[in-house]
Amino acid sequence: MRIKLEKRPEPSTLMAFATPIASVLLTMAIGVVVFDALGIKGEKAVIDIFLTPLLSSYKWQDVAVKAAPLIIIALGLSIGNRAQVWNIGAEGQYIIGALAAAGVGIAAGGAGGGIIITLMILAGIAGGTAWAVLPAFLKTRLNVNEILSTLMLTYVALQVLGYLVGGPWKDPNGRNFPATAPLHADQTLPILFPGTTVHLGVAIALVLPFVFWLIMSRSVFGFQIRVVGSAPDAARHGGFDAKQTIWLSLLIGGAMAGLAGALEFAGALKAINLGFPSGYGFTAIIVSFLGRLNPIGCLIAGVVLAVTYVGGQVAQTTVHIPNSTAGIFQAMMLFFILASDILIRYRVRFVGSPKASALPAAGE
Amino acid sequence: MANEPMARLELKSITKRFPGVLANDQVSFSVQPGEIHALLGENGAGKSTLVKMIYGIMQPDGGEIRWNGERIVVANPKAARKLGIGMVFQHFSLFEAMTVLENIALGMDAKIPARELEARIKEVMTQYGLKLEPHRIVSTLSVGERQRIEIVRALLLNPKLLIMDEPTSVLTPQEVEQLFVVLRQLASEGCSILYISHKLHEIKALCHTATILRGGKLVDTCNPSVETSRSMAEKMIGGNLKTIEKAEGRKVGREKLIVNRLNMPARSHFGVSLKDITFTVREGEIFGIAGVAGNGQNALLLALSGETLTDDPGAITVDGAQLGRLTAKQRRLAGVSSVPEERNGHAAVPEFTLADNSVLTARDRLGMVKAGLIDHKAARTYAGEVISTFAVKALGPGSTAGSLSGGNLQKYIMGREIMQNPAVLVVSQPTWGVDAGAAAAIHQALVDLAASGSAIVVISQDLDELLSLCDTLAVINEGRLSPAMKVADADIEEIGLLMGGVHGDPAATANLHPEVAHAH
Ligand SMILES: Nc1ncnc2c1ncn2[C@@H]1O[C@H](COP(=O)(O)OP(=O)(O)OP(=O)(O)O)[C@@H](O)[C@H]1O
Ligand SMILES: [Mg+2]
Repeated sequence: MRIKLEKRPEPSTLMAFATPIASVLLTMAIGVVVFDALGIKGEKAVIDIFLTPLLSSYKWQDVAVKAAPLIIIALGLSIGNRAQVWNIGAEGQYIIGALAAAGVGIAAGGAGGGIIITLMILAGIAGGTAWAVLPAFLKTRLNVNEILSTLMLTYVALQVLGYLVGGPWKDPNGRNFPATAPLHADQTLPILFPGTTVHLGVAIALVLPFVFWLIMSRSVFGFQIRVVGSAPDAARHGGFDAKQTIWLSLLIGGAMAGLAGALEFAGALKAINLGFPSGYGFTAIIVSFLGRLNPIGCLIAGVVLAVTYVGGQVAQTTVHIPNSTAGIFQAMMLFFILASDILIRYRVRFVGSPKASALPAAGE
Repeated sequence: MANEPMARLELKSITKRFPGVLANDQVSFSVQPGEIHALLGENGAGKSTLVKMIYGIMQPDGGEIRWNGERIVVANPKAARKLGIGMVFQHFSLFEAMTVLENIALGMDAKIPARELEARIKEVMTQYGLKLEPHRIVSTLSVGERQRIEIVRALLLNPKLLIMDEPTSVLTPQEVEQLFVVLRQLASEGCSILYISHKLHEIKALCHTATILRGGKLVDTCNPSVETSRSMAEKMIGGNLKTIEKAEGRKVGREKLIVNRLNMPARSHFGVSLKDITFTVREGEIFGIAGVAGNGQNALLLALSGETLTDDPGAITVDGAQLGRLTAKQRRLAGVSSVPEERNGHAAVPEFTLADNSVLTARDRLGMVKAGLIDHKAARTYAGEVISTFAVKALGPGSTAGSLSGGNLQKYIMGREIMQNPAVLVVSQPTWGVDAGAAAAIHQALVDLAASGSAIVVISQDLDELLSLCDTLAVINEGRLSPAMKVADADIEEIGLLMGGVHGDPAATANLHPEVAHAH
């Protein structure tokens, strides 16, 4: 008995839906086994990480607030991933977006209200976009690999963050921690449901997937991204400019990450300290692939990943496993989803030993 | 049954169904040892599907395959090779930057030491008179030589059955002759050959028996040597074959497309550069470009379509407007359409629907875009029109391009461009892999388009096609274009000489001008 991969005549739609779900389930199953082996109650840990946040209604707002930035960043990254332009530096673009929003807030002094908040958000978008300009320039002009340049710029962004919050923007009234002053109350995003932490950014994260879905399925731009991703020569033949595609997909990725940073800052954290970057920019890469680069898929996958963040904290207190466990689960999901991608184009067949297959099949 | 000689391969009621099509419907026939057996049929008749099942790429839904009298299941190509079934595809899977030897070694199921393998390759080559230098880099080889690598690869396994799916569409007439010598020798040694081609005169010259498929069903078996090309074509389509109608005394008009000293550096290490290409095509004229593959035809098509740009705006003009620096999109709007030779992944996106593939090149000219949004309905309607006008066998505008048979996709792509009524149409290999009936329809459509005042450039390796279709002809060799000549008073000998050049004969390339062979 042997396992063999056979190319499918057409990519399987069923598998495109089934593999993300299977990846999550497989991750949970392996989690149980591994934790049990480590002497921790595996079942309890996995239930806490994956189910408790969904089953206990008081955790829902945490999930929503955590999902918002993941979804928004993943939407932008999915465009690049589809066009085979790999932006690994959303984390840096997210940081710069937040800093730009903070800069507007600081410059506005005590002023607040809708206009200032809008300006802060726009500044966030501009900041994230600006951070993607250099990789796009280097890629189109000098053919510098964007994986490296975007990733390296993330570390530059961290340095900028450290410099600003530890220097010019340090809270004069704080206890000398490297952190900005808390945002004025009227510079923060409106709360959607009084008494919760669910802010305007969550609504934006709910609406944007549908906007992106329309763009990808109906617009010429979405068509261009799809053609470039599947057949670059055909894209050139169809009159789509390869460099323009690289520019647009990197800039949109940057813009969305910057937007997420601004919303997270003005809606959830309200101050920036050295702990501001929490890996959303990297986790969003997982969201993008788990969501099959599909905008609605990103919405669902963003919620799944947010659940593991919140659940990780739950498990920390209930079964005493480190918070970073959630990261292991997230990475496992990415691994499974990428590995199972092959099932969309190939099918697994169990065949007899190679000798038997070439022998007469008499008596069948 | 016991009295009959045992067939090498016998198919019994083979059936294969794809969503919406019955690609093979109860097909039964047999191939004897040493027989060269042709498989004929229109585009989409199910020929490729049938041989893919014999070679184990696909599994039949019904029926049985017998090999030397015994029922077998061919689980995969490796199992097929083990039985002694070899296959040469139209598209080769070779690594450009590696040597012939390395490529062959990579394709072997069993690991054989390089030295031993080289000895065996040399043995096979001398046995069949195949000229091939094992240490040449593949990128320096002509298409015919590349095919020889695939053939050697198959012969190393001592095949009892060799399957060839449209092997000659990419070969020059000389290369075809050389291939036939090898195939005849193989057959005389007892190897059976299953041969698919749309070139009926080749079938007549080579094959002992022909099985004809139509709509997945076996409709006839005949002896090609007593049939004419026309009678076989009519058996395939089940009707009468039309001949091209060229209006007599057709006049060509003003100069439309002028290419003046077009230069283009090679795109890659393996590409060919264009040198001072100059020609003029008038309104209503069909201008043919003959030549052996790999002499700059692709580069010329890309330069005309705008996929590569020249620095000299005046190198290409249409109706006096300078196009040299305009992009592909702008050139389409200016009325220049093109069809590159590679249909999968260049002219069309295999995983997209036919409707989406019409958006690819027709969106601007036919107004399929409004305010940045695609009018999918208009795209579907247009794709539907192309499908019905060009008799493309497809379920509808929603079928993916990749699910069409090779020839049907070609018909769709040609139709997609022709029905946009371009002022200038540049096509490469317009009838590659297209059956006789459809080829006539495509030729007629090109003639009609010219009659309506368009200027047409046809790049083809098929000299017969060019001579019957074109008004004017030039030959491309090593990236240079010969002066144009009227087809009416063209001298075949001279064209042959121009085409052959140094490039046409691979042996001459290898021995006499090594620097030429490596220069591109
Ligand atoms: N993978 C597939 N999925 C769906 N339909 C397919 C697939 N492959 C082939 N077909 C359909 O099966 C039929 C037969 O196709 P096949 O490729 O065997 O034709 P063919 O005789 O080789 O034609 P051609 O001369 O154009 O190469 C066609 O209608 C084609 O559209
Ligand atoms: Mg075929």
